[in-house]
Amino acid sequence: MISATSDTARFLPSAWMLSSISISSSSNFHVTAPSVFVVQTKSISVTSTEMASFKPTKIQVYPKLGEKVTQDTLYWKNYKAPVQIKEFGAITNIDFSPVAPHNFAVTAFTRVHIYGPFSQEPVKTFTRFKDTAYSGRFRSDGQLLVAGCEDSVVRLFDVSGKVALRMFKGHTKAVHVTDFTSDSYQILTGSDDYTCRLWDIPNATELNTYQEHTDYIRCGVTSKLNRDLFITGSYDHTLKMFDARLDKSVMTMDHGHPVENLLLYPSEGLLVSAGGRYVKVWDLLKGGQPLVSMKNHHKTVTCLSLGSNGQRLLSASLDRHVKVYNTTNYKVVHNFDYAASILSLGLAPDDESIVVGMTNGILSVKHRKSPEESKETSGQQRRKPSYRVFVKGKNYVPKQDDYLVSKPVKQHLAKYDKQLKRFNVSKALDTALETWLRRRKPEITVAVIKELDRRGTLKNALAGRDEQSLFHLLNFLIGNLVDPRFAPVLVTTAEMILDIYRSVIGQSPVVDRQLLRLQDLLEREIDYQKDLLEVLGMLDTMFASSIPRKEVPCSGISRSNGLGQGEASTSRPQLQAT
Amino acid sequence: MVEHGDIRVVHRGGSKINFREPVITNDSKFLLCASGECVKVFSTSTEECVHDLRGHTDLVTGVIIKPSNHLQAYSCSADGTVRLWDFTDGILIKTYVIGHPIYSIHASASHEGVVFVVTSMHADKRPDLLQLVAVHLPRSGDQMVEARELSAVLSDVSSNPLAIVFGRGGEYIASTKGLKLEVYLFRKQKAYSFFLKEDNKKGRRNTFTCVACHPKDDCIATGHEDGKIRLWRNFNQKKEYTYSTLHWHHSAVSSLCFTPEGTNLLSGGIESVLVQWRYNQEDQREFLPRLGAAITHITVSPDGSLFFTSHSDNKITIIQSCLKVSAAIQGLVKGESVTTDLMMDPRSKSLVLNGKPGHLQFYSLQRDKLLYNLDVVQQEYIHESGLQQFEVVKAAFDASGNWLATVEERKQKGAEVELNLKLWEFDEQTQSFVLNTTISAPHEAQITGMCFCHSTDNQTTMLVSTSKDGHFKAWQLDAQAHTEDERPSWSCDFVGAYHSLVPECCCFSADGSLLAVSFQEVVTVWSTASWELLTTLSQPPKAIRNLCFGRLSCSKYLLGTTGNNLLCCWNLLTCSLEWSTSMDVSLLLADPISENMAAFCRQAGSTDLFVFKPSEPRPLFSQKAVCPGKVTRAIFAPREEMLESCEESSQWLNRSQLYFLTQHMDLMTFTTKVEEDRLMASSKQLVIDDTVAMTPFYLLLGKHRQQDSGDAQSGISTERTPLPQGSVAIKELLQTPAHVLPSTSFLCSMFVQSLLISVTEPREENKATEEEMESEKEEEDSEEEMESGTTRPEQAPLGRHAAESAAPALTKAQVRELRRVKKLDRSWFAGLLDS
Repeated sequence: MISATSDTARFLPSAWMLSSISISSSSNFHVTAPSVFVVQTKSISVTSTEMASFKPTKIQVYPKLGEKVTQDTLYWKNYKAPVQIKEFGAITNIDFSPVAPHNFAVTAFTRVHIYGPFSQEPVKTFTRFKDTAYSGRFRSDGQLLVAGCEDSVVRLFDVSGKVALRMFKGHTKAVHVTDFTSDSYQILTGSDDYTCRLWDIPNATELNTYQEHTDYIRCGVTSKLNRDLFITGSYDHTLKMFDARLDKSVMTMDHGHPVENLLLYPSEGLLVSAGGRYVKVWDLLKGGQPLVSMKNHHKTVTCLSLGSNGQRLLSASLDRHVKVYNTTNYKVVHNFDYAASILSLGLAPDDESIVVGMTNGILSVKHRKSPEESKETSGQQRRKPSYRVFVKGKNYVPKQDDYLVSKPVKQHLAKYDKQLKRFNVSKALDTALETWLRRRKPEITVAVIKELDRRGTLKNALAGRDEQSLFHLLNFLIGNLVDPRFAPVLVTTAEMILDIYRSVIGQSPVVDRQLLRLQDLLEREIDYQKDLLEVLGMLDTMFASSIPRKEVPCSGISRSNGLGQGEASTSRPQLQAT
Repeated sequence: MVEHGDIRVVHRGGSKINFREPVITNDSKFLLCASGECVKVFSTSTEECVHDLRGHTDLVTGVIIKPSNHLQAYSCSADGTVRLWDFTDGILIKTYVIGHPIYSIHASASHEGVVFVVTSMHADKRPDLLQLVAVHLPRSGDQMVEARELSAVLSDVSSNPLAIVFGRGGEYIASTKGLKLEVYLFRKQKAYSFFLKEDNKKGRRNTFTCVACHPKDDCIATGHEDGKIRLWRNFNQKKEYTYSTLHWHHSAVSSLCFTPEGTNLLSGGIESVLVQWRYNQEDQREFLPRLGAAITHITVSPDGSLFFTSHSDNKITIIQSCLKVSAAIQGLVKGESVTTDLMMDPRSKSLVLNGKPGHLQFYSLQRDKLLYNLDVVQQEYIHESGLQQFEVVKAAFDASGNWLATVEERKQKGAEVELNLKLWEFDEQTQSFVLNTTISAPHEAQITGMCFCHSTDNQTTMLVSTSKDGHFKAWQLDAQAHTEDERPSWSCDFVGAYHSLVPECCCFSADGSLLAVSFQEVVTVWSTASWELLTTLSQPPKAIRNLCFGRLSCSKYLLGTTGNNLLCCWNLLTCSLEWSTSMDVSLLLADPISENMAAFCRQAGSTDLFVFKPSEPRPLFSQKAVCPGKVTRAIFAPREEMLESCEESSQWLNRSQLYFLTQHMDLMTFTTKVEEDRLMASSKQLVIDDTVAMTPFYLLLGKHRQQDSGDAQSGISTERTPLPQGSVAIKELLQTPAHVLPSTSFLCSMFVQSLLISVTEPREENKATEEEMESEKEEEDSEEEMESGTTRPEQAPLGRHAAESAAPALTKAQVRELRRVKKLDRSWFAGLLDS
């Protein structure tokens, strides 16, 4: 048992040395990424003249792992639990009405449903489709709605009516793209017959046909500023911009993958396209020059949306994620997870709600929390004493002639600190090992053990325990010994316990069982560390061989080396710890 | 080499005040402390040093109040003299020459004209054998008196002054040494000795450490090495003595003291807890814990209202008798070594170094006063010997003083070094440093060097630390905060290494664009912008000791000293060695505000100083044998006001001052003649007018009186100042017994009249001088005349104000009436009173 613990202490550093030697011998300069805990402390006031106050035990603050809390995460997390509505089939399109109540049209299977902002039931349903409907879109005044269909007929509805006002026939295959032009008298459609057409609404006649794409047209967008401009994206990997005044496209951009969705910025200087795993941004004012290419999804990106008045870009993908990008630097600032592959995404103005349609026909609607609600939830987390108790006498403002008698502020000490102050080392350890602390806040227990060690009295505190308390102590060790944050302290503790209680091993079956568990744990941990070191050694040689040798080191190389190692050495804190 | 007569090396403050126990004057207003070669007089109310009693030529080893005159004090010194001082005015009255080094001094009221000193009489035979000697101080008018009338009282005594004490009004004297307690009874002229066994059963040591005598009873309290206190009674005979034992301290009792009435016994030791035992009810104890550092001496003021404890961290704590700390007098804390370098706080211009365990101290060089201690470790300090504690080992300030970086270290045997790097931000509101970031285990081994980038134009602050683990790391402040409530914190920016060598020193160039790190014998120069290794410089075969960039016009030079006694200067433009010279430089440092550099060199057991510019071949200044031993720490401190010395040799001292620490931890500096003269001229003795006792009554009336007197001097609002005549009359009226005076109704009108006259008196006097002129004038002129009276300030400045304030209410007729009243002769009244 004893040899096991000391083995961990001795074996690991030497192995680590070996691996580090391999790095330094391979290149003159090696730069390691910082692998230390940096902890920011909340302001601790330092009083220089404090005399007789006991300094409480310092509880080490460990950095929180996981994502960092930013303004964006706070903003995008501030939504209520989603409302889920089951539709009949895959939801292919979601469109928000541009006018006030901001209803949204959901196109799923053979229907287009219109939902109110807070209703869970559709306020309106359009069912007059012979086959699967596609792309139900509102006109800019919110009065008319157009939708394509698998049967190649494009239907125009009045939002208040039921029967189609106009039917536009002329496409030979399914129409997946419909949109109103900015003068709101024409309709753009794009179809699987590789054509896109412009239609006149009053006459229901076809104005023009463009046959430039060589594959299905699955997305398109009209300019909101110019009634003659529109852009289509096709499975032939291209984006084409057309001018209704001409007969052919005026600009062609190659996306490199079948284009699934298109989005124009409100300024219409930038175009965003989604296709394959890529989201690309094009500068239209520079003749369609590619600006940014983002590959943040691991499956096809299906739809795009703009939020926060064009400050944020959202992309949804078949990989069940919605990602939020900052449109100034195109970095992902937030990520939403959903249950199924996402086909459509809609964002209400001012980000009031996020609507996501998925392949399994479930529509998920998230509403933003109102300011009161968001405050409420944070307030519920803490139980405070009632207001009256809290402010009793505190809000008294002294008058001018009042003589203020300063009352010494009583220092509040935790239970274990009170014991430590009295030098009751065993009791302090007992208090720190209370069930609640042991389970919930092991860092406090470890800090007390560390403090006892610093005072040189840990041995006294550990000695003279009965079966029950020794059982608890060993339980705590088994639970936390391999935690890299606590290992240095707990390994010495374990060694001390074994030294102290060596003579009584075998007298209590309970304690013996715990000791065996501890031994198992350590053996497993040693194996695990060995494996990790092997992996690390392999990675190091890979990195070393990938660096071109140079006499004068280049900063870029040393940096990439450092970063590479940083990524690879996630186990490094553990190594240092043991 | 030029020798410079006008530049001298002088001690500059920071001497010990806890060397001997402080002495309190009878009125508890002043505290006398032996401090180096002088005696310092502190005021107990303001904690300021009032006087420095200078005169001794060696360490002062004891101070006592003269028993027969409580306004004078004796001090003894290792220079073999006893001096008598008037400490309220800071005047040396007399010097008694004994001739042998004196270790302590004792006196008692019952022995008039005699002081008892501990000295080694047989200097030739055994220097360690000390004797307690009674010295009869000759009465003589001379300043310098030789005291030759010595008589030995006890032989073989301890040099510790706490081991000898007078008992019960000077009837006996008790002395302890080793395991022996010796009591000498003056009446019987007989000495009794009592011995303890060396060890008791548990192997704890019984050695005496200190002794105290009860002021009323025949009782001697002794403290022991194992923490026990023994109370000895019935010791005026050999056999039937008794003692009782008190035990609370777990380590040696360092000081004991009875309160003046003998009701309480105070004891203290390493635990830094003041224990108050009730005499005869010893189970009743009171404690004052966490006094900061081990207690070395305890004294009680003669009225018993204040306790004074000296501590090992050069501090005297003033404690009220209710065991409440009321004030502290803190000197410069000097441990065994200065682990952090000497630094200047750019804001307060104070000297910063590690002080008491786990703290950084900020020490004002100008005022010779400790400003404050910054608690770096923020852990409860356990006062126990042999315990490994966190120590502050490195600290650095950035150029503006906004950031402070500290490294604390705890080395346990058999375990890894625990390191913490802490970064502190200066808080404008609280005017102190606030912890911003804690980095635990910044390196895997001890940190060898740390420095901030000192350029001011950079937006980001950068810190570089080098460690024995073969890496140096650059730390940078994260500019962007992720959320609003999170303040920017520090993180690692770059980790560098060179051929797995151990980095030793690091230094930023003046503009912050270059970083030089020495890896054993190689100096590497890095670009801080891109972290490229620009060049390497080396001068084998010995390791680099110091690295320093030149400043201002010499910023192209990099200077380094090597282990094989070379001082090298590299030109960074050509990357070649500009010059090198062979000298054993122990310390090289650059003046932050000029091009000058100072090099301390060891030569034949003492240290020489060279001040030079890297670009010039001749040194600006050199001095041989600045001090014996090695100088390891020094600092250039910028002056508050520039000196205007024209002499070439002392020009380098014009803008900054060079301080250094000697091997014996004395803080020294260089001064010029000009500076000393100016200091002498400007130093006025701080005189505190403490003649009036602060009573509630004084608080009520004293202030008014001061105000009045002040007003009278300035000559404003003199209405209430009684004029001589009026005041005499009133005084006589008030002092004369009532039965002698005429009836009140008779006196009343006279009294009122006397008051009225007193107001207009001065003007009337003016008028009297112009009596004749006025008689010629018309009635209507009288007003004009009155005005002329008021517009003659050279004649009656006081009266003018009085008239101005009183005049508006008076009509012409009233004025005339007043004049008539004045003419009344009141001398009859004085005669009446006299009779």
